[in-house]
Amino acid sequence: MSSTLPHTTAETPQTGTARVKRGMAEQLKGGVIMDVVTPEQAKIAEDAGAVAVMALERVPADIRKDGGVARMSDPDMIEGIIGAVSIPVMAKSRIGHFVEAQVLQSLGVDYIDESEVLTPADEVNHSDKWAFTTPFVCGATNLGEALRRIAEGAAMIRSKGEAGTGNVVEAVRHLRQIKNEIGRLRALDNNELFAAAKELRAPYELVKEVAELGKLPVVLFSAGGVATPADAALMRQLGAEGVFVGSGIFKSGDPAKRAAAIVKATTFYDDPKIIAEASRDLGEAMVGINCDTLPEAERYANRGW
Amino acid sequence: MSSTPVIGVLALQGDVREHCTALAAAGAAARPVRRPEELAAVDGLVLPGGESTTISKLAVLFGLLDPLRERIRSGLPVYGTCAGMILLADKILDPRSGQETLGGIDMIVRRNAFGRQNESFEAAVEVKGLADPVHGVFIRAPWVESVGAGAEVLAEHGGHIVAVRQGNALATSFHPELTGDHRLHGLFADLVRAAG
Repeated sequence: MSSTLPHTTAETPQTGTARVKRGMAEQLKGGVIMDVVTPEQAKIAEDAGAVAVMALERVPADIRKDGGVARMSDPDMIEGIIGAVSIPVMAKSRIGHFVEAQVLQSLGVDYIDESEVLTPADEVNHSDKWAFTTPFVCGATNLGEALRRIAEGAAMIRSKGEAGTGNVVEAVRHLRQIKNEIGRLRALDNNELFAAAKELRAPYELVKEVAELGKLPVVLFSAGGVATPADAALMRQLGAEGVFVGSGIFKSGDPAKRAAAIVKATTFYDDPKIIAEASRDLGEAMVGINCDTLPEAERYANRGW
Repeated sequence: MSSTPVIGVLALQGDVREHCTALAAAGAAARPVRRPEELAAVDGLVLPGGESTTISKLAVLFGLLDPLRERIRSGLPVYGTCAGMILLADKILDPRSGQETLGGIDMIVRRNAFGRQNESFEAAVEVKGLADPVHGVFIRAPWVESVGAGAEVLAEHGGHIVAVRQGNALATSFHPELTGDHRLHGLFADLVRAAG
């Protein structure tokens, strides 16, 4: 995390600062965050070594199958999940639905995912995330989008990928895009950063910070389509600091075993022997969808702006 | 020992990079540690912030638990922040089933004692041995319920113990690695030098 954030000098403790929001995500690095829809699934995830769980109403594969409007989970379910595990609990709100986010904050979730996987509530505006004590994670397909989310107060970024497909191709595309654009910024001189900010449609100050740091000022995870231990390790080797796994675990033949295997491969992402060992005898993976056969309207990555 | 001690950072999960940066700034050579042979090659070890349940599970899975316990018992200097403090406790209140600690400090730690993320905070903390207060960043932080006779309390916040030392083992509830203030890492590097 950037050490340029101002230190508070107050004697009274301050909550909800950028440092504690971003710092929370730093603690999740190298870990796997798993989608769960029930307290029972949350316990399986925790026992398998998840660093956090994401509470949602239906996993993305089922949202795709069932259609209709996807919303924030039932508060009873979220409280049930909070009560079942000791690891952090995240939950999703619709894009721009700041009241769902207010509800999630009041329930005491540890992170809010303003997520394209749910049906957007606002086609122009995302929520003002600075207004919350609870930190937010948001999806991005490129650097400009990531920086716009950070400007709105996001304390963690994840690739969008194409959730619920079991196909990692879009997550790879988005992560490569973000890393490439960061690399390009590194090569620019100060005169060029103003035009770069304009092209990225992102605030100049953030663009300058990224050019100096050579990374986002917040933690970058990968999400969307990770289904196997090798998928998770691939995203780590491409530069993701950790992974979200959605439908890939609880839509597979043996969730507990697959979850533990993905955790191992995420920690030892650069050791093919351990990844091979973790990949053995996992039973059926989720079936998966080819992204190029997905109609435009069913591409979640297009949601958010 | 040379003036540049080799200090490992347990790299199973957590804010490893920040600790490596802070250790380098404090004049140590920092190395990530994920395997028993990597552990054998360090003069001191940092247990970073992260999820204590995840880190302890991975330590068991990858055969690190016993080597870690053994080296700590035989005097390897260790410094744990947040999750690392939990790992260094001889006893945890309300551990998750199967959660193992390494031990090393005679203290009882309460996990997430300061609350969930909405209660995470930053505040100035006076630490024994440092002239000026450190900027304490507390994230879903534990506190120490009580310490045994051999452990020294280095800092308190709001009436709760948040920094402890016992011999070569140091633990804080908060995260100096997130602040750019490397004094505690410097103190630890000195401890490693003195032990060598």
